[in-house]
Amino acid sequence: MRLNDREFEHWKEGLTIQDVIDIMRFVYPRLVIKVNGKLIKKEEYSSFVLQENDDLKIYHLLAGG
Amino acid sequence: MDILKMKNSHKLLSEFIYEPKALYRGYTDKTLYINISDNTIKEKDVPQKMKEKFIGGKGYGLRYLWDAVSPTTKWNDPENEIVVAVGPVGGITQYAGTGKSLIVSISPLTDIPIDSNVGGYFGPFLKFSGWDALEVQGKAEKDVIIVIDGNKGIVRIEEAPLEDVDAHLLGEQLTEMYAENEADKRNISVITAGTAAENTNIGVLNFTFYDVRRKVSRLKQAGRGGIGTVFRNKRIKGIVCKFKGVKGDLNHPYDQSIINKTGIKYHKEIAQNDHLQNNMRKIGTANIIEIMDEYDLLPVHNFQYGKHPDTYKIKSTVFIEKYCTQNMPDGCWYGCSMSCAKAVDNFKLKTGPYKGQNVCVDGPEYENAAGLGANCGIFDPEVILELNFYCDTYGIDTISYGTLTAFVMECYERGIINKDITEGLELNFGNAEASLELIHQMSRGEGFGKIAGMGIHKMKKLFVEKYGADKDFLYDIACEQKGLEYSEYLCKESLAQQGGYGLTNKGPQHDEAWLIFMDMVNNQIPTFEDKAEALHYYPMFRTWFGLLGLCKLPWNDITPPNNSETDEPAKVPEHVNNYLDLYYGVTGNRIDNNEMIRQSERVYNFQRVFNIRMGKGLRINDATPYRSMGPVTKEEYESRQERYDKQLRELVGFNPEGKTIEEKIKTLRAYREDQYEKLTDAVYKRRGWTMNGVPTPEKLRDLGMDLPELLEVVEKHLN
Ligand code: SF4
Repeated sequence: MRLNDREFEHWKEGLTIQDVIDIMRFVYPRLVIKVNGKLIKKEEYSSFVLQENDDLKIYHLLAGG
Repeated sequence: MDILKMKNSHKLLSEFIYEPKALYRGYTDKTLYINISDNTIKEKDVPQKMKEKFIGGKGYGLRYLWDAVSPTTKWNDPENEIVVAVGPVGGITQYAGTGKSLIVSISPLTDIPIDSNVGGYFGPFLKFSGWDALEVQGKAEKDVIIVIDGNKGIVRIEEAPLEDVDAHLLGEQLTEMYAENEADKRNISVITAGTAAENTNIGVLNFTFYDVRRKVSRLKQAGRGGIGTVFRNKRIKGIVCKFKGVKGDLNHPYDQSIINKTGIKYHKEIAQNDHLQNNMRKIGTANIIEIMDEYDLLPVHNFQYGKHPDTYKIKSTVFIEKYCTQNMPDGCWYGCSMSCAKAVDNFKLKTGPYKGQNVCVDGPEYENAAGLGANCGIFDPEVILELNFYCDTYGIDTISYGTLTAFVMECYERGIINKDITEGLELNFGNAEASLELIHQMSRGEGFGKIAGMGIHKMKKLFVEKYGADKDFLYDIACEQKGLEYSEYLCKESLAQQGGYGLTNKGPQHDEAWLIFMDMVNNQIPTFEDKAEALHYYPMFRTWFGLLGLCKLPWNDITPPNNSETDEPAKVPEHVNNYLDLYYGVTGNRIDNNEMIRQSERVYNFQRVFNIRMGKGLRINDATPYRSMGPVTKEEYESRQERYDKQLRELVGFNPEGKTIEEKIKTLRAYREDQYEKLTDAVYKRRGWTMNGVPTPEKLRDLGMDLPELLEVVEKHLN
């Protein structure tokens, strides 16, 4: 699985988007998440199971300062 | 305070009577020029050509400053100016963040033009008083104040010997003095500096606005680059602008209805989404302290590290729950529904000349907590608030103060300076008492405070020349560039943000571009070209706020719910359209995104050429200290060993196994410095500059900025 165009090393069977957020400690609240180009809603983060070949994008919408 | 006695001691030096001109489509096309050397006060017409090319705000400031100075002018020469200007959209009350003033001057830290933006009511009042800009030149012999009465049409220069200099007192005194009664206080705004602005190079200007609920004059700062130092060097104590009668249509806009419509849409967006997003109304910019720590981006111990186990002690909720007394959203100009301003009331000071007094502290902002706190190893919220208060009232920049204190603390810990040099101050990381004493010394112009107050650029030279410090090492850890101290983000792991700091006009302030997440976490701009595109678009886009008189925060500290479905969520396209509508609504001039960027490019390139003219706008001046790019010391390398070893293996093709840390640091450094050079090439190319960082005549021509005075400067650097 790829996360933001980089190899994601912690993929395992049953891994959800929320698991990735937790593993990566992505605590910032404004995330834009897409799996294989499709936008995923916040309500689905805990139930959306990622496959081994998925292309996951988690963009932080923070342009700071 | 005996206000009457103070007022009676004033001596009128000059008076100017004028007919306040009403605004038309956001402009009066008049500038107020004041020279305090010979007490000239006059009105200047803004030429149509200047309006077209420079738009307003920072554009006007830079244009006037160019004409006022020569290539050899120093910050403390009388011809240096302080220009205050708003911009055509500034002062409208229907949209968030429309009350910003832009201040321009030659900086005592950088010796080139500095620009700084600030809230408070002064800028809009100045506009409504009939002036698109205020130019102050010259140097007074004794302390003076300038008073602009925008209703009566009177401008005065008066000697003012008795008023205090510190901002929280002077703001109150002048507000009280010029208001007819309590209700009239909201019609007064004052610019002040403070006592430490006189004795350091890091002086700020405080702009007041009267808080009718708290019954105090609140302070907002034009922080960067030492403009407060210029102000006090000119012996200006304060500038007062009085205007009664603010209402929504004073800009006499071209189309009020489009402004109203855009404003209502935006206010709804804030009401429905702020609590789900950044919580700006409740917490303000302090919301990111703990987030920066989580992502290893919070500067700790002079930018060595990105997190600290004690950050929880200064996280945003601590300030909000324990200290901020506000129970209502709070804006620094009418109509700002984002209302990120915060204050702590009845804060009892523990040190300094006002010890024991209960005061109102504005903030804290993220930069205060990060710079005064984490970067100096101080994790006590009350110390941060106390330093915050004293920075404001003494009139010094919290960012420069935080970064330079972190620098001297590292120098002290590493034995580069010692107790003899600091005159007894034990400047270890975490020593709050020492930091507080240092700031009081700056106010008194005494001891090591005088040395530290020169700023890092001058200090590092002194430490090498006088105290025999290792120059290479010291220059590596000195977080300044062009003379300006870095603002409070760790950019080691984001090449794009290294450029966001280094490839700027005024020095390493994050208001041109903040790309750390886009680059480091999101990996959205992987190639040099992608990064260069971002380092073109964002600085230009953000320059536009400074031309129009707008605050940056309402642009992207909230986003419409469907923003994530747009092509480029980071740009917040709907808000960009809002700005184009506001510009059209006020001026009647319909422009698109491209023209918006070109408006900024004209001024941005003008500023770059201005820097070159003053001797500091070339590639060599865009080099950055290695501390901002990667690990200088063993401890820094070890703190991120896994990450750095991986990079050496994967990106550099260097096997770290069995190598010493020194070898690894050296190899990583060669790689990272080379990356920065490549980035610089790509950015210069994208901006239409030579590889030495000089805007080409073709670029200037294309922008309609092939002005003879600009061509004359750039042509000397082409070959
Ligand atoms: S968002 Fe905050 S800083 Fe900006 S104008 Fe509003 S209150 Fe002032």
